[in-house]
Amino acid sequence: MNLIAKPSKENIKTYVPIGLTLVSLSFLDVFVNAFFNLNLMAFLPSKFSYFLPMILGFIGFYLIRIEFSEVRYLDILNKNINSNNFNALLTLFTIFIIIKSIPPMLDWFILEANFSGNSKDDCTGDGACWVFIKVWFNRFMYGLYPDAEQWRINTAFLILFALVGISFFVSEKLKKYFILFLVFVFPFLGIKLISGGSFGLEYVESAAWGGLSLTFIISAFAILFCFPIGVILALGRRSSLPAIKYISIGFIELWRGVPLITVLFMSAVMFPMFLPDGTFIDKLIRVLIAITLFEAAYMAEVVRGGLQALPKGQYEAAKSLGMGYWRMNALIILPQALKLVIPGIANTLLALVKDTPLIFVVGLMELAGMIGLAKTNPKWLGMAMEGYVFAGLVFWVICYAMSRYSQNLEKKLSTER
Amino acid sequence: MSKIIELKKVNKWFDKFQVLKDIDLEVAPQEKIVICGPSGSGKSTLIRCINRLEEHQEGNIIVDGIELSESTKNIEKIRAEVGMVFQQFNLFPHLSILENCSLAPIWVKKLPKKQAEEIAMNNLKRVQIDDQALKFPGQLSGGQQQRAAIARALCMEPKIMLFDEPTSALDPEMIKEVLDVMVDLAKGGMTMIVVTHEMGFAKEVADYMIFMDEGKIVERAKTKEFFESPKSDRTKLFLSQIL
Repeated sequence: MNLIAKPSKENIKTYVPIGLTLVSLSFLDVFVNAFFNLNLMAFLPSKFSYFLPMILGFIGFYLIRIEFSEVRYLDILNKNINSNNFNALLTLFTIFIIIKSIPPMLDWFILEANFSGNSKDDCTGDGACWVFIKVWFNRFMYGLYPDAEQWRINTAFLILFALVGISFFVSEKLKKYFILFLVFVFPFLGIKLISGGSFGLEYVESAAWGGLSLTFIISAFAILFCFPIGVILALGRRSSLPAIKYISIGFIELWRGVPLITVLFMSAVMFPMFLPDGTFIDKLIRVLIAITLFEAAYMAEVVRGGLQALPKGQYEAAKSLGMGYWRMNALIILPQALKLVIPGIANTLLALVKDTPLIFVVGLMELAGMIGLAKTNPKWLGMAMEGYVFAGLVFWVICYAMSRYSQNLEKKLSTER
Repeated sequence: MSKIIELKKVNKWFDKFQVLKDIDLEVAPQEKIVICGPSGSGKSTLIRCINRLEEHQEGNIIVDGIELSESTKNIEKIRAEVGMVFQQFNLFPHLSILENCSLAPIWVKKLPKKQAEEIAMNNLKRVQIDDQALKFPGQLSGGQQQRAAIARALCMEPKIMLFDEPTSALDPEMIKEVLDVMVDLAKGGMTMIVVTHEMGFAKEVADYMIFMDEGKIVERAKTKEFFESPKSDRTKLFLSQIL
């Protein structure tokens, strides 16, 4: 005797409406509770009313779990979020948490947040004090770079974006020159413009650079240099000449084995001690070299992974056509190996960008460093949350853009259709 | 008669295992030689020694008057004159068929791009896949890929062609299209050394047959004699198994 029949195609007409009603009821209860602070089930014992949405939703999901119902949307729903009791519970739990967390997030970010004003006292709400970001925005972007000279940084980056933008629209042949210029000439012109000291531009020492522009400068240069060094190290590690092979292995393992923060500290504090008196290398350059060599070691191992994935036949075919070592690698091996490891390269470069805040140990302050400085300002105590949420958002945007670019590149270069 | 390839007392070891034992071989220009034998007999290793994809440890290998030695200059020179076709095709998957064929002429022989592409198209026409020139290797059938690989080797205008089991990785219906190309090539007067199990092909084009077993050349004979009256028992046994 089966009083409550298992949900099936026969009773679909009764079970699905009841089930959907129960599920909607449970969502409604949580929604009203989260957004309007009302408890619809207040008349029930408190412990029971707390779990009621879960129970209602669970029963509802059970009733609509009909296999091969031939109702398209019901099948999709069941297959993806309601395939068994455990999945139904997980689904409910996730949806409840999302509904529950929207109001407080909304409050903190927007509704209770303060946007206008120019001091901490203007922040009267319970939410975020975005005034902090607004007032300090200039410092977060440019560090301690003099206000009057900031057009130089803007110009450098505007030219960069313009060149990159134009390069998408020019012919293949012209594009090659654009890329060569962007990689080999522009970085040095740009840095000259920012540091000044000639052409009537006032010299701005690198200690004054900072904020997001410094993040970009360090990341760009480190990426530019660590990539070729990494490729050479990877080839060196697979070389048949023992001297080159063991030097490469030693270099890679040394740099991979040391924390970046130690490397940076050494580069700023220890390294000058070994230099002869009177010689001076700018701190920023020392830090840049340290980050470059550090990330190059990681890059080398990523590239080596790609080299090892290529079948031996590719090497043999290239050799049998009379290609020497460099031609074989440049024309046949590296194009394929690098394509294979684009995700790994993107990984390393993203890590590089996110490692830049560590330069605070030598007193250089990019975005996160400037925020750290601003939050200790006596007039702005207690703004750490706003600052780091802002930093997190900015870094996320940068890294997500890089990640999307790498995915596009992968798609564009794929020839295995 | 002058020899284009000469091997004298060539010995080769993989660690302790001897793969080639006292190999003597002479090939005259325009000769076609087919090497057969059971697997593991060293036939692939032998032809890979001729363009030094494998190093031999003892003896001399002289190709077109140049002795194969440690000098990389010599090796690259010889490789540019010796075309090789592999069992697994080994086309470059990141390049189109046309680029596969024109790459080495441009970068190794330093031909202008236009001329290299002309040569490539002529050779692709010769193997009848000129209509596939702009496709990538992954879009071609096995037979087409192997023909493209032959065209790629021909673009270097080699004096000698080595074939390392060119049809072993192909579906049966594609073997013929590749063999047809090879027969055509043989009739054009190319010096060829072919490792294969296709005895029909061997009978049609080979001047000499070589039978190898356990790293040694067991029998070397004119094609007709080889098939009709093989001398050694080992050869007879092998032929009885594959014919």
